[in-house]
Amino acid sequence: MNLIAQLEAEQIAALGKNIPDFKAGDTVRVGYKVTEGTRSRVQNYEGVCIARKGGNTIAASFTVRKISFGEGVERVFPLYSTNIDSIEVVRRGRVRRAKLYYLRNRRGKSARIAEVTNYKPKSE
Amino acid sequence: MLRSGVIAKKLGMTRLFMEDGRQVPVTVLSLDGCQVVAQRTVEKDGYTAVQLGAGAAKAKRTTAALRGHFAKANVAPKRKLVEFRVSPENLIDVGAEISADHYAEGQFVDIAGTSIGKGFAGAMKRHNFGGLRASHGVSISHRSHGSTGQCQDPGKVFKGKKMAGHMGAARVTTQNIQVVKTDADRGLIMVKGSVPGSKGGWVTIKDAVKKPLPENVPTPAAIRSDAAAEAPAEGGEE
Repeated sequence: MNLIAQLEAEQIAALGKNIPDFKAGDTVRVGYKVTEGTRSRVQNYEGVCIARKGGNTIAASFTVRKISFGEGVERVFPLYSTNIDSIEVVRRGRVRRAKLYYLRNRRGKSARIAEVTNYKPKSE
Repeated sequence: MLRSGVIAKKLGMTRLFMEDGRQVPVTVLSLDGCQVVAQRTVEKDGYTAVQLGAGAAKAKRTTAALRGHFAKANVAPKRKLVEFRVSPENLIDVGAEISADHYAEGQFVDIAGTSIGKGFAGAMKRHNFGGLRASHGVSISHRSHGSTGQCQDPGKVFKGKKMAGHMGAARVTTQNIQVVKTDADRGLIMVKGSVPGSKGGWVTIKDAVKKPLPENVPTPAAIRSDAAAEAPAEGGEE
């Protein structure tokens, strides 16, 4: 392992984040720390994870899409961001691709994702 | 109050997540046996400077003259030798190894390196020219530089006209780069943003000339001692 990879691994360990097992198609609820003036609170953002990038490296990110007041909204979160309070998997979806960008062109019934009923957690 | 700089090797870039939620892109620079090899003094040379060496070179592949130079300083042969001007009170003992806490966190530095070579580059890449139109009768010369001057008067192309040519592989200094973190144990300096040159390239780090020097930096230098860290002023192992 080169030094850069080692530094990144150390930082991931030091951040001590508990990242649940989730992938594209899953509905996730992200607790994001928002600072308003001096107060800081946690804002929940719930939607379908349509992409995960960067594996489990420090630069990894994931995209969450939701329909807000009839308008599609996508947010990209860095996986190891210190602004993320929690990531919670609400629903596991059955999809056949890693990036669900096709959802952008769909609305209503065709934008639904079937739920996985036989989900087994990966044993570490 | 001119302090010595250091020679470092660029390892690559990564990011740091800060407690307050910020992400900082950093370049990791490593001090690889950065030792003082020689001193320049007013009596002998007419100016004061320290010559630093970094990296490990094979003794077999070092010229006899340089081998003698390193033997005189009693240091192992180095890959890279760079001289840094210092003020007389900031001369460092020969053989002393500079550690990464030579720079304080938050301090600004100037970093010079050899930029990545781009070969023979056109005017668009080299000087950010706009090129010609994609259509409207332009043929073959979409990325050309266009006109280079006027007509019979002056009848020549002015000197310094920006044209295609060799780009990169030149010494580039980036000023006012902030030091984000230092790791003295492993000899790492993390600076915010990018640094000229490729991974594995040598760079020189100096205190920023355009920013005030912070109070808490060690003078003349932070010396790495194998035993417990003492006051940084002494510790030359000759």
